Amino acid sequence: MTDISATPRSSISSSGNALMKKRNLHQKILQGLGIAAISFAALMLFILISSLVSTGSKAFYQTHMQLEVFIDPEQISADNLQRGKFDDVLRDSLQEYFPDVEDRADLRKLESILSSGARFSLRDRVQADPGLIGQTVTVIVPTSDDYDQLAKGMVDRDSPANQRKLSDRQIGWFDTLNEAGVITQPINWALLTNADSRFPELAGLKGALVGSFWALLVCFLISFPLGIGAALYLEEFAPKNKWSDIIEVNINNLAAVPSIVFGLLALAVFLGWFGMPRSAPLVGGMTLALMTMPTIIIATRAALKAVPPSIREAALGVGASKHQVVFGHVLPLAMPGILTGTIIGLAQALGETAPLLLIGMNAFITSAPGSPLDSATALPTQIFIWADSPERGFVSRTSAAILVLLTFLIAMNAIAIYLRSKFERKW
Amino acid sequence: MTTAAFLCLLVLAIAGYVWNRQAASAIRSGGARLHSLENFHGFYSLLMVLVPILVLILLWLVLQGPVVDALLKAGISEHLEGLGTGAVQLIVAEIKSISRGAVFGTPDQWKYDAADRYLTLNSRAEMLLFALVLVLSLALMFVSRRKVDAEFRARHGVERIVSGLMIFCSVVAIFVTIGIIASLMFETFRFFDKVPFTEFLFGTNWEPQIPMREDQVAAKGAFGWLPVMLGTLVITVIAMGIAVPVGLMSAIYLNEFAPKWVRSIAKPFLEILAGVPTVVYGFFAILVVAPAIRTFGQNIGLDVSPNTALAAGGVMGIMLIPFISSFADDALSAVPQSLRDGALGLGATRAEMMTNVLFPAAIPGIVGGILLAVSRAIGETMIVVMAAGLIAKMTINPLDSVTTVTVQIVTLLIGDTSFDNPKTLAAFALGMMLFIVTLVINVFALRIVRKYREAYD
Repeated sequence: MTDISATPRSSISSSGNALMKKRNLHQKILQGLGIAAISFAALMLFILISSLVSTGSKAFYQTHMQLEVFIDPEQISADNLQRGKFDDVLRDSLQEYFPDVEDRADLRKLESILSSGARFSLRDRVQADPGLIGQTVTVIVPTSDDYDQLAKGMVDRDSPANQRKLSDRQIGWFDTLNEAGVITQPINWALLTNADSRFPELAGLKGALVGSFWALLVCFLISFPLGIGAALYLEEFAPKNKWSDIIEVNINNLAAVPSIVFGLLALAVFLGWFGMPRSAPLVGGMTLALMTMPTIIIATRAALKAVPPSIREAALGVGASKHQVVFGHVLPLAMPGILTGTIIGLAQALGETAPLLLIGMNAFITSAPGSPLDSATALPTQIFIWADSPERGFVSRTSAAILVLLTFLIAMNAIAIYLRSKFERKW
Repeated sequence: MTTAAFLCLLVLAIAGYVWNRQAASAIRSGGARLHSLENFHGFYSLLMVLVPILVLILLWLVLQGPVVDALLKAGISEHLEGLGTGAVQLIVAEIKSISRGAVFGTPDQWKYDAADRYLTLNSRAEMLLFALVLVLSLALMFVSRRKVDAEFRARHGVERIVSGLMIFCSVVAIFVTIGIIASLMFETFRFFDKVPFTEFLFGTNWEPQIPMREDQVAAKGAFGWLPVMLGTLVITVIAMGIAVPVGLMSAIYLNEFAPKWVRSIAKPFLEILAGVPTVVYGFFAILVVAPAIRTFGQNIGLDVSPNTALAAGGVMGIMLIPFISSFADDALSAVPQSLRDGALGLGATRAEMMTNVLFPAAIPGIVGGILLAVSRAIGETMIVVMAAGLIAKMTINPLDSVTTVTVQIVTLLIGDTSFDNPKTLAAFALGMMLFIVTLVINVFALRIVRKYREAYD
């Protein structure tokens, strides 16, 4: 496009020159506003991502403690492991660093350095190998959330003691342990391998990941065939009449219905009328499928439209039936476009939260679901639950869970873009 | 047992395919000329077995639960006489938990018997399903095998079935709409049985906490939706106040002025912004935006609520920027090149061409996009559930905390599924209003967008 301001200057009078300046200023203002708008959007995206990374990165490592524990046969017997006093055993080994702490209340405070899940992991270990009883083993256990926050520098040591959760003495204990080299900060695999827990230091995403996987699988199995079938019919077979018009308008509107309305539908129909189980990924997947279907239909129709009519005519010309043309030639050629649209639809479904809240997928569940009928959470609802939890540790876990969710979304979109660039043909 | 039924069906369907195909091949090698290819004979059998039996299994699975429950209740009817629906549900739940081996307290003997009966009924139902699947699949297999013949038009049969399936798929979308309307209407009518229609529509008081006991005085329950609607409007206006100028300006800049490299960076940026799940925006609002607004307000001496509408609305505005920008970009691109060339040829600067020619020509498309964004803002849930307030107030002060229709739906329904009190039913009434409002806006907006596109095509 030619630049208008480059017109020869000599032909413009001085008043015209002033006018021209004004008009150019006008253009500069408009451009400036545009740049400001884009910078604003970019800035917001930057703040969003950086605030998530800065809070979330802290949850990817976890403060642990390495203790030499003597598994006292007097406290723990192989016959009755459930009653074994694993907490006492752990406390004894902790006390070796602080021989001067003897008072009962102080001992209890000392014990609270350890996560309350520590005794269970020790119990499981002894259960797996009862031969450990009577021996000294090295255990690495997480510290409780307050000390984890302290180790990560989230506690202001100079603030007045009554404004922190830990007293000066407790901080002193922790420093002693730190100097003794007992404190480690390994990568927090528990974030991915543990299910949810009331204690932030133990809570993980396994249940949510498995729940989301089941829900997405169900969603795919329902919406993919239904979406392709509907799109094929509407694009290739349907006569152009009132009915196909109604269906088309209907699908476009369905794509714009607020997601929470689908939740109400699922609650009233799937749970209320059909009596399906609450909190089940199966119901979640069915609900998401209803929402994903319009997206897949619209993407499939676009992909089918892109296949040139010459292909259809050629196949018809050599004697193929209409069905043979569509299923043998048009559909395979449109498949990359269809898959791209499907993956993008599934990525949207993965991030969808509101309908899952209404069917109860925000329950507190401490084990990963074994089947699509078990109660479970999904990644976005887990984020919602953690965002609502008051413990400090859950703030960074929420951000970490969001980063995990965003990683999945980016991966899915990257696959879709790769498919599009690799297989899509231009005729 | 259900898995076994599915497997049985799958195996028999494939067996039918192979069997028919071989039979057709045999006829052909016998010298006869087949009407359809062998493959179609195979697929005919496959579809004849698969489709009806699959429908049967799915129907069975849907109906088994309610039917078994009804039989269970009929078996213990003498113990259930005179009890309310809630009490009956509790007893049924208790019996089911006993049948799973989770016994709390010391239930009566008849509950143990009922639990046994429940288990037998369920296992019998599953056995029956398996037997039915087996017998019917075999029968259908034989029927389709008998049809294999040189003259048999298997391809036509297959194509008829496939067409039927495709029509079914397209009708599902209609069923979903009907399902939405039916379920919302049903519960909404039940709500208006308990709460007068005019109170809901014109009432200015929203306090859905109804008394749990007869003598409770604190909560009375009031269901006037106006304050809730007002809160939704406040948040929508704030959101549009951010999204419309920013989205439009960035679309104008990207469409006309941006160098190629800026466009190639800014477009993916906006797409990322559009792909972020709303629950993430909600967390962003409570983690960063709300505290920032609050601190700022305190510094200049304003009293800002922790759940200020400004935070929820502002973040929602950020979410809608890419939405509006992409609609406006499309609308601007759809204006024919001749209009641009004409304006430039008459000596307009590019800014004048944009503001005086392109933009007015693209207005209908842009307005359609903005309307769609408004409908999204009204129906958006997670941001407001996390960042907006719970208490309905008749206020338009953006610094105050307001509530929205979607927030109320979620809070009324979380953890409560008994559909017989006005509190839960009110959520459906709100959902109905939400559906109607967004539907009207969407239909209107889609019509504008479509009509406008046709005008230039």
